[in-house]
Amino acid sequence: MNHDHDHDHDHDHQSDDKVHAYYQILGQALKELLIEKGVVTAAEIRSAMERRDSITPVNGAKVVARAWVDPEYRTRLLADANAAVAEFGIEMPTTHLVAVENSPEVHNVVVCTLCSCYPRDLLGLPPAWYKSKAYRSRVVHAPRAVLQEFGTDVPDSVEVRVHDSTADMRYLVIPMRPSGTENWDEDALRALVTRDTMIGVATVDALSSSKFPIPIAD
Amino acid sequence: MRAQRHEIGAPVTVRADYPIGHIRTPVYIRGCTGTVVRYLGEFGNPETLAYCLPTEPRALYKVRFNQADVWSDYQGSLRDTVELDLYEHWLEGGSNA
Amino acid sequence: MRGPHDLGGLDFGPIDPEEHALTYWEKQIDAIRAVIGSKKIVSTHENRRTIEQLGHDIYDTLNYYERWTAALQRQMVDKGILTQDEIDQKIVAVRKRLAETGELEMPQ
Repeated sequence: MNHDHDHDHDHDHQSDDKVHAYYQILGQALKELLIEKGVVTAAEIRSAMERRDSITPVNGAKVVARAWVDPEYRTRLLADANAAVAEFGIEMPTTHLVAVENSPEVHNVVVCTLCSCYPRDLLGLPPAWYKSKAYRSRVVHAPRAVLQEFGTDVPDSVEVRVHDSTADMRYLVIPMRPSGTENWDEDALRALVTRDTMIGVATVDALSSSKFPIPIAD
Repeated sequence: MRAQRHEIGAPVTVRADYPIGHIRTPVYIRGCTGTVVRYLGEFGNPETLAYCLPTEPRALYKVRFNQADVWSDYQGSLRDTVELDLYEHWLEGGSNA
Repeated sequence: MRGPHDLGGLDFGPIDPEEHALTYWEKQIDAIRAVIGSKKIVSTHENRRTIEQLGHDIYDTLNYYERWTAALQRQMVDKGILTQDEIDQKIVAVRKRLAETGELEMPQ
């Protein structure tokens, strides 16, 4: 069973296990009843699962890499992110996407302290840690300590700006393009952009990236 | 669309109220004073929508707070900020208030 | 003053950065919620409210998709779409299947 690792460890684990087992069965029971009653169909559920599986952070990486190489696209993305991602065929029908850009002066990081708001239609489902109580509680109060846990040191001369997604906006961080990538093409740049850099807990570092792509020859 | 009530750059203070209900203004920011950085448009009031009732659009603002003003024990840089998306009825002050 | 969901500024300790691939069960709950939302049976706002109103004990004990499941149960009963009796009977049937086949899902 996949725990959130965010529950209160003072609980009685034996009785908690019974509770977890009950909710698994309850979920299955609700699904079957809703299908039997015609509230939803099995096909609709399957299709929603397939849609979720089809959305990955690669979508966001395409957007970021384009913004790095095309200043006009970057301007459009910052002005109206929904329209800018739609240029890649990415539809975000129920949410308003806002792109925030890292710079030598500002490092952005995104959280939802109240639930788990996340640009799902762009990046897919959020990682478990994003939904955890540890991240949600601490990143607004101790963002630098949290960033350090992710291996990200932000100098004191740089403003750390936390975005708490409390309403209908969903936030995409445009990380800084690493130095030394001036001659890289869009595809090579795209491979550098990870999910965590678009949430803002990591920075893009071409030299230390394990997925270091071969730069395009001059 | 109604006129914007708070201008960009205007100081606003979040109401220090503690109603019971579906509230999208986190407790930690209530009573804090920040600056409007962006007007986000008009949206239905979630406090009413959560009960499946019709609602009039409300202006939504992105408001920036200095972390040192939010937390008395803030450990980071004095430059650090936090931004929240807050509905007009939670904000006091500003140009026309 | 703080609901069980309103966590900003509390301290729940170090972050576990480990990747947890979602189980089929979790993906299924996510999908049901998406379908229920797109059919405007339960809005996102209403879903959040239901989850917040689960109360501290349930909110803190259940993991993420279990909370969604608990909220779905409450919404379906509140709206008269399902009764608790029906749910209880179906739970008996699913438990029986699980004991006999080891599978939550009906055989295809």
